[in-house]
Amino acid sequence: MSDALIQLIIILALALVVVAYAFGNSAILVWVERKLCGHIQRRPGPCEVGPFGLFQTAIDGIKLMGKQIIIPRNADKRLFMVAPVLSFVPPIIALMVIPFSKHVQVRDLDIGLLFVLSLAAMNVLAILIAGWSSANKYSLFGAVRAVAQNVAYEIPLLICLITAVMWTGSLSLGDIVNAQGGTWFIFYPWGFVAFLVYFITGMAETNRAPFDMPEAESELTAGFHTEYAGMGFGLFFLGEYTNMLLMASLATALFLGGYNLPFIELTGDGVMTELLRVFIFLAKAYGMIIVMIWIRWTFPRVRFDQLMNFCWKILIPVSMANLAITALVMKLGEL
Amino acid sequence: MIATIKEIIGGAKSLLVGMSITAKYGMSKTVTAHYPFETLDITPNFRGHIDLVVNTKTGKHKCISCMMCQRTCPSGCIEIKAEKPEGAKKKQLVEYHLDFTKCSLCGNCVEVCPTKALEYSNEYNLVGTSRHDFHFELVERVVKRADAMGIVVVEEKAEEPKPEKAAAEAPVGDDNSE
Amino acid sequence: MIPHPDPTQETLVLNMGPQHPSTHGVLRVLLKMDGEYVIEAEPVLGYGHRMHEKMGEVRSHNGFYANVGRMDYGGALSFAHGHVLAVERLSDIQVPERAEYIRVITTELNRVASHLLWIGAFLLDLGAFTPILYSFDDREIALDLLEHVTGARITFSYFRVGGVCNDIDEQFIEGTKKFIKRMRERIPMFHKLVTGNIIFRKRVEGIGIIDRDMALRYGVTGPMIRGSGIPYDIRKVEPYSVYPEFDFDIPTYDEGDCMARHKVRMDEIEQSLRIIEQGLEKLPDGPVMMEKVPKKVKSGPGDTFMSVEAARGELCYYLATDGTDTPYRMKIRSPSYSNLSILKEVTSGILLSDLVAVMGSMDLVIPEIDR
Ligand code: SF4
Ligand code: SF4
Repeated sequence: MSDALIQLIIILALALVVVAYAFGNSAILVWVERKLCGHIQRRPGPCEVGPFGLFQTAIDGIKLMGKQIIIPRNADKRLFMVAPVLSFVPPIIALMVIPFSKHVQVRDLDIGLLFVLSLAAMNVLAILIAGWSSANKYSLFGAVRAVAQNVAYEIPLLICLITAVMWTGSLSLGDIVNAQGGTWFIFYPWGFVAFLVYFITGMAETNRAPFDMPEAESELTAGFHTEYAGMGFGLFFLGEYTNMLLMASLATALFLGGYNLPFIELTGDGVMTELLRVFIFLAKAYGMIIVMIWIRWTFPRVRFDQLMNFCWKILIPVSMANLAITALVMKLGEL
Repeated sequence: MIATIKEIIGGAKSLLVGMSITAKYGMSKTVTAHYPFETLDITPNFRGHIDLVVNTKTGKHKCISCMMCQRTCPSGCIEIKAEKPEGAKKKQLVEYHLDFTKCSLCGNCVEVCPTKALEYSNEYNLVGTSRHDFHFELVERVVKRADAMGIVVVEEKAEEPKPEKAAAEAPVGDDNSE
Repeated sequence: MIPHPDPTQETLVLNMGPQHPSTHGVLRVLLKMDGEYVIEAEPVLGYGHRMHEKMGEVRSHNGFYANVGRMDYGGALSFAHGHVLAVERLSDIQVPERAEYIRVITTELNRVASHLLWIGAFLLDLGAFTPILYSFDDREIALDLLEHVTGARITFSYFRVGGVCNDIDEQFIEGTKKFIKRMRERIPMFHKLVTGNIIFRKRVEGIGIIDRDMALRYGVTGPMIRGSGIPYDIRKVEPYSVYPEFDFDIPTYDEGDCMARHKVRMDEIEQSLRIIEQGLEKLPDGPVMMEKVPKKVKSGPGDTFMSVEAARGELCYYLATDGTDTPYRMKIRSPSYSNLSILKEVTSGILLSDLVAVMGSMDLVIPEIDR
């Protein structure tokens, strides 16, 4: 067999693993979210199906699949069906370039970061299509809000990422992680600010509470997915959690040193070291996700115009200034 | 500018305070009861549907069929059937029919009864698949409850017919035909 | 009624309710919107109308006990209090003092429970899901205590013309004292978690401003008028029952926004706790029911008017009778209904999210509006 063929097989196998992992991740995250929210609210959360209610999500998934798919009469049928898929598939594809460890990475593209961002931006398209095609005013409100919010929040997000890219000097995620080594980007003050802004915008980009404008249950009933029943809704749900993972992984790779321990270089390419690296990476990513869940169950929802003001008047200037400071520091370092 | 920065810092602090509170509660013990496996004690004062009081000595009810409760019930859920057997001086209660679907648990019937023959049951787990499951025959229930309490029913006079027994034997689905 | 808009115009009609998560029941609000801005909000009522007033005219005074709780599920006891006081005033019935104290204690406990329910629901409207569980944690204790004396948790049917139907016992008194202690520790927690929160403050400060003048014009009552700086509380301005014997304050805030209403209610919980504490201390001995209760409460022909302070505002009963035990006419002025009338003016020109916040801060109980 030629080398190319072996490479292809490895890539396909890894891709399959990542897809399976995306599903498993959503199942586990739903469970984690419900369990955490339960305990925060002083109740046990799911605890009947399986040990600690671990299989609750599986049962719920089966229930969702068993439900009738209802398409409103006035809805644009084709778009209506496409939207959930569009919300779920892109983040999974984007996961392919995430370096979970030195070698556990389906493909280390030279423009990996760009690839991730372009796919992550598809999420808002899915929401827009869902909201528009539902032929429901509440859905439309949700969609309009989503577009305005995501477009606005993409700017500080990108500026923060540019800060990281400038510091590490590469668009390839693998290189970015390697360049950080033991001294993560977040250890520098400008890195910390960039991380903070990224975290906030990341929450807004994934439409998580307190920035869940497109859903805004108490205002828009369920926002863009008001009309979705059964698995249509289920796919949006899966998409949301995969997006969360994507955001958290990106932050881990860019700011938290990826699979590196702080100040200690992990050397060697053995299976055990690789596993350890994957573990370190996932621990960081899930740590961030848990904080996101914790935030969701603590705060009220912000108002839409305040959200935009916050972005344009605070986040963008701060991230811009941060970018300038980083550039300055780098230039001074060169001298 | 300074005001904005102050607000941001103050705001961030308030957010952290909120998060520390939820974290504290998240760490502490849950307060809910795990329902089907764990039930809370119901206070003895709980007002369930009305029931005839069982006389612990005789195992019978104390109703004298004066109809006060039926008349006073604002929702019209009590239907009493009483007859005067030949030779007997007093009226005998034959059927005490309670339509719990209409009852608003106001308690008027219990308070108006001259012989204190009514009480609230402690049943809170009432479920049914049809509304007929909530039509109760209280005289029958007296027999059953006396049985459950292990009270031997004492007959007062030999010549009296046994109204409780008669009621108990009546087909249960009788009230469905209304 | 908002007419169907001209399709060439840039407004749309949004139908909020009757099954909308933040209309708390079956209220329907027709919104004329320009984008996210509400131009006009028109409440449409009647989805849960059960003719309680008419029922009061065909039932005897005693038969109406059960109805009052069905009107306001949050604070059923203040509704019952108004009703029995009206009937007692109509037919000159003197109530034993102990009964009147018990009425006040349980009503205030119910008011605390009602406000706790409100905090939870208000924050749900604003998108915070956790505080409702914390407030229900406390409310549950209050309801357990009330269940212990009244036998029911929501629709109590506890007050009778001439007294109350069940005396309170040591267990209730001990439990209530513990509850007061617990609540005093919990209120600062709510202030930290909710009142101080920057997102919450941004959502409610300066939103839905009702100034003094507007509040007077529409006749809003309860925490809403007190949030506009007018210390109008029936318990003080027109004292009834044994309220004059208690030492408590009427919290007012001048801002007139949602935050002021929130603060008024939080402070009212503390004041209610004070009343309960004093009531338990002063509780006289004696019967809880007048001695000879007439089977049929009758009076000569005449009419009467009684207003009490319910959890949501001023509640009035007007009873006219022709001498039988059934009122000839019963009219109820329920607080939420009058408070809702202000919605149109307050919410014109604000955002949809603010409309939800304003409606939440009004503490609407729909069964009481559609009674
Ligand atoms: S509690 Fe009231 S409604 Fe129920 S049966 Fe007795 S009188 Fe009728
Ligand atoms: S009021 Fe009492 S004694 Fe009279 S019929 Fe009813 S239950 Fe029997």
